[in-house]
Amino acid sequence: MALLQLERISAQYPGSPAPVLADISLTLGPQQLLVALGPSGSGKTSLLNLIAGFVEPSAGRITLDGVPVKGPGAERGVVFQDDALLPWQDVLANVAFGLELAGVPRAQREVRAREMLALVDLAGFDSRRIWQLSGGQKQRVGLARALAADPRVLLMDEPFGALDAFTREQMQELLLQVWRRTAKPVFLITHDIEEAVFLATDLILLAPNPGQIVERLTLDFGQRYAAGESARAIKSDPRFIETREHVLARVFSQRSAAQRQERA
Amino acid sequence: MSTYEIAAKTSSPTSPRPLRRSLGTRWISVLTLVSLITLWWAVTATGLIEPLFLPPPSAVLQKAWLLVTSGYMDSTLWQHLGASLGRIGLGLGFAVLTAVPVGIAIGHNRIARGVLDPLIEFYRPIPPLAYLPLIVIWCGIGELSKVLLIYLAIFAPIAIATATGVRTVDPTKLRAAQSLGATRAQLIRHVILPSALPDILTGVRIGLGVGWSTLVAAELIAATSGLGFMVQSAAQFLVTDVVVLGILVIALIAFAMEMGLRALQRKLVPWHGQTH
Repeated sequence: MALLQLERISAQYPGSPAPVLADISLTLGPQQLLVALGPSGSGKTSLLNLIAGFVEPSAGRITLDGVPVKGPGAERGVVFQDDALLPWQDVLANVAFGLELAGVPRAQREVRAREMLALVDLAGFDSRRIWQLSGGQKQRVGLARALAADPRVLLMDEPFGALDAFTREQMQELLLQVWRRTAKPVFLITHDIEEAVFLATDLILLAPNPGQIVERLTLDFGQRYAAGESARAIKSDPRFIETREHVLARVFSQRSAAQRQERA
Repeated sequence: MSTYEIAAKTSSPTSPRPLRRSLGTRWISVLTLVSLITLWWAVTATGLIEPLFLPPPSAVLQKAWLLVTSGYMDSTLWQHLGASLGRIGLGLGFAVLTAVPVGIAIGHNRIARGVLDPLIEFYRPIPPLAYLPLIVIWCGIGELSKVLLIYLAIFAPIAIATATGVRTVDPTKLRAAQSLGATRAQLIRHVILPSALPDILTGVRIGLGVGWSTLVAAELIAATSGLGFMVQSAAQFLVTDVVVLGILVIALIAFAMEMGLRALQRKLVPWHGQTH
């Protein structure tokens, strides 16, 4: 099974003296849904870009199943914040795109793409054009496209950030179902505290200047949803509320600390 | 689920209002044309302007029939038209085949940009007719020099538009393709080229406009067939109706090419201008 490891990662933008991320270590394995939560500027997206291979760390080591990560690759699927779908292809061709790049014959890849569309509740949307889809549908196509290439880990960059609250909740539940069925390790970044607490099996809290992990939590709300409990029951559970308030307090204490630092 | 479907279905209501308005605009254009032709007919029929300076529409039409059936200067109107269209077709074909790869190279590769960008920017502002004499010295007065001239005129707009299109490709789409395992060649084929297609087609539209006017001007100077040659030789003998007819045909062809390319653009890049 897939095992993603980050050992003492630091990152720096070229020409900038201050590092974006400092000394990040984490492990992502099977059955895990790791959520990185943090305010903007805490290096969440940089962390994802490092794992995806879009940028290189200035120090440290990233390995997937023991093999060092070098540049982007199909074994690390990415779902982007804004859909990043190709408008010159219809929905089915978008989902099958990864397989097309890998040279899979058309008939075979379309069967696989239809399976993935069914997995994200979009069966029958094959020949729709991208611009005819709503925001939530686009994100589901993006998820299906990433899954169709059968990556070993799934990276999600604020995938529901641009959606309205109602659609976002539906997508969170859909993600948990897909995560359970495909059993792929997922790394997701978000700035939505409730989303983070609801989805994560492992939650890391990032603080800015430089980006660092200030807290790690192990949670089970997502697993409870995947096991059949209703989302509303989980979110009104006193334990859920308590955890959410704890995380919220941590975020706020960081922010006031940062403000004090700025004033000083 | 059902919420999305309803939203998708009602999002494009076809209200009759814009249709009526667009018909209205078209009618205004038609009326303008009709009144212009009527004015033309009126000033010639009343004898206000002599036929030597402006022949009546009827004379031009008669001449058109004569030119189509028996011809002028040893060739029919079709032959002149064919000669001009053949030249621009060849020039355009070669230009698209070479300018698009060059544009991709300029937009994609630092070294290619360094080499090619100044060359194109240096020759692009020169009016093609200014270097026509040099081309005639090098390549003679045959077809080659005319095709080469049009080719050069069309090449620059297409190459520049392609480079712009390549440079403005959405980086997220590139990253998405890379994280699906795309190689460099696959990126160009599946992401960069389709992304740049709207810009390439705009470049072709501009290039074709420049190419057509360049061609006609070149035929005025050095040719033995073609629409420009027909107009020029008729002018020397003061056959004004052929001159007017030639100019009208030249305008019609340019108009048809522009409309055809717009239709092609709508068909090839339906996503262009859609919010996505």
